Amino acid sequence: TIRFILIQNRAGKTRLAKWYMQFDDDEKQKLIEEVHAVVTVRDAKHTNFVEFRNFKIIYRRYAGLYFCICVDVTDNNLAYLEGIHNFVEVLNEYFHNVCELDLVFNFYKVYTVVDEMFLAGEIRETSQTKVLKQLLMLQSLE
Amino acid sequence: MPAVSKGDGMRGLAVFISDIRNCKSKEAEIKRINKELANIRSKFKGDKALDGYSKKKYVCKLLFIFLLGHDIDFGHMEAVNLLSSNKYTEKQIGYLFISVLVNSNSELIRLINNAIKNDLSSRNPTFMCLALHCIANVGSREMAEAFAGEIPRILVAGDTMDSVKQSAALCLLRLYRTSPDLVLMGEWTSRVVHLLNDQHMGVVTAAISLITCLSQKNPEEFKTCVSLAVSRLSRIVSSASTDLQDYTYYFVPAPWLSCKLLRLLQCYPPPEDGAVKGRLVECLETILNKAQEPPKSKKVQHSNAKNAILFEAIALIIHYDSEPNLLVRACNQLGQFLQHRETNLRYLALESMCTLASSEFSHEAVKTHIETVINALKTERDVSVRQRAADLLYAMCDRSNAKQIVAEMLSYLETADYSIREEMVLKVAILAEKYAVDYSWYVDTILNLIRIAGDYVSEEVWYRVIQIVINRDDVQGYAAKTVFEALQAPACHENMVKVGGYILGEFGNLIAGDPRSSPLVQFNLLHSKFHLCSVPTRALLLSAYIKFINLFPETKPTIQEVLRCDSQIRNSDVELQQRAVEYLKLSSIASTDVLATVLEEMPPFPERESSILAKLKKKKGPGAVSGNELEEGKREGGELNGAGERPGDSSAIGASNASTPSPSADLLGLRSAAPVSAAPPSAGSLLVDVFSEAGPAAPAAGANDDGFLRDLEPPTESSDSLLAEGPGDSDSAPPSVVSEDPAPPLPESDELLNKFVCKNNGVLFENQLLQIGVKSEYRQNLGRMYLFYGNKTSVQFVNFTTTVSCPGELQSQLNVQLKPVDPLVEGGAQVQQVINIECLTVFSDAPLLNIKFRYGGALQNLTLKLPVAINKFFQPTEMSSHDFFQRWKQLSQPQQEAQKIFKANHAMDTEVLKAKLLGLGTALLEKVDPNPDNFVCAGVIQTKAQQVGCLLRLEPNAQAQPGEQMYRLTLRSSKDTVAKRLCELLAEQF
Repeated sequence: TIRFILIQNRAGKTRLAKWYMQFDDDEKQKLIEEVHAVVTVRDAKHTNFVEFRNFKIIYRRYAGLYFCICVDVTDNNLAYLEGIHNFVEVLNEYFHNVCELDLVFNFYKVYTVVDEMFLAGEIRETSQTKVLKQLLMLQSLE
Repeated sequence: MPAVSKGDGMRGLAVFISDIRNCKSKEAEIKRINKELANIRSKFKGDKALDGYSKKKYVCKLLFIFLLGHDIDFGHMEAVNLLSSNKYTEKQIGYLFISVLVNSNSELIRLINNAIKNDLSSRNPTFMCLALHCIANVGSREMAEAFAGEIPRILVAGDTMDSVKQSAALCLLRLYRTSPDLVLMGEWTSRVVHLLNDQHMGVVTAAISLITCLSQKNPEEFKTCVSLAVSRLSRIVSSASTDLQDYTYYFVPAPWLSCKLLRLLQCYPPPEDGAVKGRLVECLETILNKAQEPPKSKKVQHSNAKNAILFEAIALIIHYDSEPNLLVRACNQLGQFLQHRETNLRYLALESMCTLASSEFSHEAVKTHIETVINALKTERDVSVRQRAADLLYAMCDRSNAKQIVAEMLSYLETADYSIREEMVLKVAILAEKYAVDYSWYVDTILNLIRIAGDYVSEEVWYRVIQIVINRDDVQGYAAKTVFEALQAPACHENMVKVGGYILGEFGNLIAGDPRSSPLVQFNLLHSKFHLCSVPTRALLLSAYIKFINLFPETKPTIQEVLRCDSQIRNSDVELQQRAVEYLKLSSIASTDVLATVLEEMPPFPERESSILAKLKKKKGPGAVSGNELEEGKREGGELNGAGERPGDSSAIGASNASTPSPSADLLGLRSAAPVSAAPPSAGSLLVDVFSEAGPAAPAAGANDDGFLRDLEPPTESSDSLLAEGPGDSDSAPPSVVSEDPAPPLPESDELLNKFVCKNNGVLFENQLLQIGVKSEYRQNLGRMYLFYGNKTSVQFVNFTTTVSCPGELQSQLNVQLKPVDPLVEGGAQVQQVINIECLTVFSDAPLLNIKFRYGGALQNLTLKLPVAINKFFQPTEMSSHDFFQRWKQLSQPQQEAQKIFKANHAMDTEVLKAKLLGLGTALLEKVDPNPDNFVCAGVIQTKAQQVGCLLRLEPNAQAQPGEQMYRLTLRSSKDTVAKRLCELLAEQF
C-alpha cells in the first residue's frame, strides 16, 4: 500500500505531494524534508530502496527529479520501482518530453495523471495506452 | 498523442506562476502572494457574479498558493460551487481543491456530499470517476456514511464502464480501511470475487487490491478467490510476451497484476483442491524457469518486472513452506542474485533469503552461501545492503557456524555504521548466548562487544552476561580473570567498568591467588576508573568495594579510607552519599560473620527469557524475530540456561524484574527478591538477627530505629512475583509424599553436593516452594553450618521440621547437632538453622538432611545431602619442593595413592584451577613441581582421632585441543580411604 508519493528536485522543492494517509501539515513538511535528506545522499551504486520510519521509500531519479513512493515494508520493491517508471513514461508521453517546468505549470493536471494510475494507495491502471487514451479524452473536454 | 502547453486554458494562472518563479527573495514572493490573495478575495466578494472560468482560475491559484506552503482561509465555498459545474475542467479543479484542502467543516461536507451524489448518479463516467476519486482521496467518515452503500452497487452493476469500476473498487477499499463497520459486503461478496474474471485487466488490477484487503479480514467468506486467482495467474504466466498487448510491460505480461495475484494467494494456505494446487505449482515452476531464460530485453525495466514477479512467487513459496523442491530452487535462484551486478537484486536476495533461512527445508541450502554473505557484509557500499547481510547471517546462524558468524559480526562492528550498531550488538550478544558451547567464549565475545562498541551495548546486554556468570560456576573464575585483564586498558568503556566491578565484587577471590591480581591490585584497578564514571556506575563500584571487604578482609582499611573521604561520604549525590555512609558503617560495626551473611555471593538468577532477545523483539517489532526465534528457542532450548529458558515461560518472566541487576538497584540483593536474603520486614529477618548479634531465633526489637536497617529492609512488593501459583495448581511443585518417613535423597543430591566441595556458601537447593541457602565455616575438626530456609510462597509452611541423620558407619565418624527451628515459616519469610559438626575420624559419605513441612495441607518431604565432605577439615600446609617430594616418596605404597585420569569438563583456566584448589582447603604450592603447568597441594586433615597428611598433584595437558583436554589427578595420603575419597570428590570439579 502506498502511503505517499513525492516528486522533489535536488534542491528539495516539491513538485508533487500526494498523500494516502492522514498527516497534519507540519508532519507532511517534516516527511518531505526527511525524504529529501535520505534520498539525495544516495548514489547509483546504492539500491533504489531506503528504510524510512516504519515504511520504506522506493525511489528513482530522473534528471534532476526524484520520484519517491513510500510503501509498507512488506510491499514488492521492484513492482513499485517499475510503477514509478511506468508513471514517468506516461508523464513523458502526455507532456511530450516532460521536464520539471511542465510539472510546475500543470500541477493540477499531474494530479489527474496520478489518480488515473494510483488510487487509494493502490495501483489502479498499469496500461500506458489506456491511461493516455483516458487523459486524451479528458483533455478534449472543456 | 496529447501534448500540453504551459498552463493552457488558464493564462492568468501561468502568469502568476511565472511571477512567483521570478521572485528574487522570499519576501518578494510573499508580497506577490499577498497581492494575489487580496485580488482574489475582492473578486470573490465583488457584486459581480464570477463566471465558471474565473472561479476555476482563482480557485486554482489559491490551490497553488496553498501548495507553496501558505495558509488559505477562504475560497472553499467557491470550490464547492465548481463541483456543480457541468464543465469537466471546472469540476476537476473543484474536486482537486477539496481533495487537497480537506476541511472538517460539516456544513461544507454536506454540500460536497451533495455534489458527489449528483455526479455519482449522473451516468457520466467522467463525472462519476471524479466523484469517486474525491471520496477515495478524502475518505472521511461522513463520506463513508453517505456512500458506502451506493458504491458496491456501482462496482458490480452490469452497465458500469470499466474505468468507473476500477475507481469504485479502490474507492470502496479506501472506505473499508477508514470505516470497516460501514462497508457491508454481504450480498456483493460473490460478485466482487468474480471481478477476478473480468475481461478488462485494469478492472482486475484494481479489484484485486480490494479483494486482498477483504480476504485478510474475512478469509472464509472470500476463499473462492483462490481458485479464480490461480487460473487468472496461470493464464498470464503461460501467455506469450505479446499476448496481453496493453498490459505487457517490456516483454513481461502483466507484471503488476501477477504480483497482486501472488500477493492475494499469500492470504491463504496452499489450495486444498489438488487440481488447483497442481496448477499453481506449475505456475510457480514456470516463473522460476523463466528466471533462467535469457532476457528478452537488455533494459533494466524488463528484468525488474520479471524479477518483481519472481520475488513475489518466492514469497508465496516461503509462505506455504511445504514444497521442499520449490524452496530449494528459490534458494538457488536467490543465491545467483547474491552475486548479481545489480545492487537492488543483491539486496532483495539477501532480504528474501532471511525468511528462507527459517524454513527447515531450506535452512541448509541457505547456509551454503555463508561466504558470499560474509563478503557482502565486508564489501557492499550501501549500508542497507550490509544491514541485510548482517540480518541474513543472524538468520542462518546455528551451532555449526556460530563461531565464524559471531567473529565476522564482531569484526564488522568495528567499522559498522552508527545507525545499525545497537542492533548488531544485540544480535551478537544473542548468538553468543544461544550457541555458546564453552562459557569462556561467551564471556570473551561479550567483553569484546563492550570493548568494540561499548556505547551501543545496552543495559540488557551487560545484565545478561552477569546473570549468566552468576548462574554458572564454571565460568566465574574465567570471567573474573578476563574482566581484570580488560580493565587494564587505559581507556575502557564504562560498561566494562560496570561488568568488571560487578564480577570482581562477586568473584574477585577466584583470581586473588595470583599476586598480579591480588585483592589490593584489583581494588586499585577498579578505583582508578571510579572518577571517570557516571553516578550509577560509581554506585555500583561502591557496592563492589563493600563486597571486597567481605571477600578480602585485608582490603578493609584501604576501602574504609576511600569510603571515609569527603568526596564519598559527603557526595552531593544522595545515592552515593548514602551508600558510602552505610557501607562504611556496615564495615565498621558488623562482625565478619555478619558481613559474610549480608554480603554473600549473589544467588542464581531465575532462568527466564533472555532480556536481550526481548529487547531485540521490541526493537524490531513482534514480526521481526518471532518465527525464527521462537523456533530456535524450542530447538535449542536456550543453550546457556538449560531447558528452563523458554520465551513465554511466564512464571519465570514474572520473577525476573526483581533481580535484574541494575546500576542503581541494590547490588547486594537486599532490596530485591533474591530469595536468600529477602524476607518481609515482619518476619524474623536475617538482617535483624545478624545486627542484634542475638541468637537466630531472637529478632531484636527496636532494630528498625537504625536508618541503615530501614534502608536495607526489603520491600514486600517483589516477593509477589513467585507467588502466582497457589497450592495445588502448580504441576511443577514437588510431589507431596504421603509417608511420614524421610524421603529417599533426591536424585540430584550428589550433584548438589559436588557444588560445595570447593566452596562453603551458596544455594544448596531450590524448587517452587523452598530455597535453601548454605553458609559454613570450619576450624580444625569443627564446623558450623548455617542453613537458610526461604519460603518462596505466600502461604505459611506448618510443621516445619528438619532432621539430620548419619547412616551406617558415618554415625561414628561425624557428630552432627541441629539447633531447633521454628515449626512455622511464614510466606515469604526465611528461617535460619545452625548445625554444629564435629569430625571424629575420616569419613566418606555425607550426612542426610531431611525436611518436612505442610504446604496448603500437603506434606512436603525431601531429603538432601548436607554439604560436608572430608576436605572441609583440611589445614593447609606450606612446604618446600624438597620436602614435598620427599614426603611424596614416603607415601609410595599402592593403597596410599589414588589416581584418576579424566576429561576436562570446563575450560582449563589457570586462575580458576587455582581458586578451586584453594577452595579445597589445601595449600597451593608454587614453584614446587618442575613442570610449571602442574599444580601441587598439601594439607592435613584434622579429625578428633587423628591427623591425616595429604599431597595432591594435578597435571593438565593444556596444549591439547579443547574437547580433548585431560587431567591426571594423583592423591597420596597416609590413610588410604582419604586419598580415594578426595580423588572422587575432586575429579568432578575440573
